Amino acid sequence: MSVIATPARQSAGGISARTVNRIVIYGLLALFALFYLMPLFVMLVTSFKTMDEIQNGNMLALPQAPTFEPWLKAWGETCVGLTCAGIKGYFWNSIKMVVPAVLISTLLGALNGYVLTKWRFRGHTLVFGLMLFACFIPFQSVLLPMATILGSLGRFGVTLRNATGFSFGLGNPTVNLVFVHVVYGLGFTTLFFRNYYEAFPTELVKAAQVDGASFFQIFRRIMLPNSMPIFVVTVIYQFTNIWNDFLFASAYAGTGDAMPMTVALNNVVNTSTGVVEYNVNMAAAMIAALPTLLVYVVAGRYFVRGLMAGAVKG
Amino acid sequence: MTTVTTQIKLTPEHSARPGVSMRSRLQDALPKIVLAPSFAITVVFVYGFILWTVYLSFTNSKTFPSYSLTGPRAYQRLWRWTFESDPPSSWYTSIINMGIFGFLYIFICLALGLFLAILLDQKIRGEGMLRPIYLYPMALSFIVTGVAWKWFLDPGLGLEQTLHQWGWTTFHFDWIKNKDFVIYTVVIAGVWQASGFIMAMFLAGLRGIDGEIMKAAQIDGATTFQLYRRIVIPLLRPIFLSAFIVLAHLAIKSYDLVVALTSGGPGGSAWLPSNFMYEYTFKRNEMAVGSASAVIMLMTITAIIVPYLYSELRERPR
Repeated sequence: MSVIATPARQSAGGISARTVNRIVIYGLLALFALFYLMPLFVMLVTSFKTMDEIQNGNMLALPQAPTFEPWLKAWGETCVGLTCAGIKGYFWNSIKMVVPAVLISTLLGALNGYVLTKWRFRGHTLVFGLMLFACFIPFQSVLLPMATILGSLGRFGVTLRNATGFSFGLGNPTVNLVFVHVVYGLGFTTLFFRNYYEAFPTELVKAAQVDGASFFQIFRRIMLPNSMPIFVVTVIYQFTNIWNDFLFASAYAGTGDAMPMTVALNNVVNTSTGVVEYNVNMAAAMIAALPTLLVYVVAGRYFVRGLMAGAVKG
Repeated sequence: MTTVTTQIKLTPEHSARPGVSMRSRLQDALPKIVLAPSFAITVVFVYGFILWTVYLSFTNSKTFPSYSLTGPRAYQRLWRWTFESDPPSSWYTSIINMGIFGFLYIFICLALGLFLAILLDQKIRGEGMLRPIYLYPMALSFIVTGVAWKWFLDPGLGLEQTLHQWGWTTFHFDWIKNKDFVIYTVVIAGVWQASGFIMAMFLAGLRGIDGEIMKAAQIDGATTFQLYRRIVIPLLRPIFLSAFIVLAHLAIKSYDLVVALTSGGPGGSAWLPSNFMYEYTFKRNEMAVGSASAVIMLMTITAIIVPYLYSELRERPR
């Protein structure tokens, strides 16, 4: 629906009210586009400038002698805390954390959604409601107990390693973060699949049942082949959230070699020793932002759908 | 929730009849077995941990958790810090900041989101290009957003410096270094990040409005302004509610943005309750106080979310 843009033809003499209207609308839209683009633009151009140019030049000016040096330095040399080996290690930390966490939470969410819509039992709404509410809690209210438990598990892991030579991942910060993200991501993934499967024809499931298909057969042969869109939405949503997480990352892997990208970036920027290399900081921020930005550019439609599903229906 | 519930009872065929084999009884229990781990995890790691935190808030835990109950001392301290301490405590600062940030963030995002959505809904050429530009900040982490805006708002490097170079030498903008104004820079960065998404929600709502209603109103001689005020905006009520819920819970959970943008601000002047909780629990060895503040945050969110979830999940009359 559109109101201002009525196709009414104005008189040909002079500038019609409609033209003025359109100019104002386009002007405002362009102005806001600038507002949204400005920080990214500044970040990007700064990351290609030399320090000299940053100190003496204009923030908005394009780099006069574009250099890739800050990016290389951010990737391989800059100091995170006391170690000066760039952010590449932390980038991989994030990848190692994100991939398993996304896959596990998405798969569990799919199964949960399937049960909660096609195999309903008494109290299914309550179960779902309890899982859904978990999406909204401030994680501060579980932060401390989780830290205590992870600490105990870590000590148990050391005992295990001394006894068997292998700690089974207990006490490994990356494993811990995968676990934490699966636990606190389940609510959202379940929500996505539940709402999607709710609209999926139950008759199909019922017919398959009559034909003797089992619980998992129906899931694999009927539900999964029809779940591609919601899988994409969920994976993107989880990927973005887990990649961007800072609270859990700083609480459970805030120091040491296992910290994820967000924590490392914050450390790079707030490292106060020596000259602050703004271009390197901006390059590091761009590297931290690239994976999610890339996903957004490639699959923006699904990204928005995920946000909407997480918002409008929960 | 817009999904239509088509509930078809599946259980009668499968309810335990005399003589059914072990195998088929297992098949009957399978759905619950599949769901059980997730549900158990939620019960333990969400609700169990919440109770644990509540318990800790009634102890005198400092650096390490202590499990002997000592009554509501942590809450009394927060209470006293709110109303009696002079100069104002960091808890007082945190909740005042929460009020300022929460109100402005929600209000501006809603207003700006609606405004942009209405503009974009005027048959705009290039809408497909503009929409992603408004929305992309939502894909960035708060840390990246914070870093970008920290640079942009820095008086020596960013906007102020640029305008000085362009000749407006009297321009002065140092909010990010000013303890009385630093919280407003958090509002700016927060609005920048979330308003595009709110725009997308409103736009989806606008596209769902029946064009006939609009035509009828126009024929009756309604002006554009009247049309929006009297018809469109009231029709968007459900979107306002959803957007409010999203923004309110984002606002209460905001933590990273304050850290990355302001490092807490001069003397902790940009703290929100989430920052207060983190600092007191992990850095100042006041675990009980930190837990109490977490419980207060949780209660605030609960008061907003539970009625909403309840109305969404309630069985609709069919």
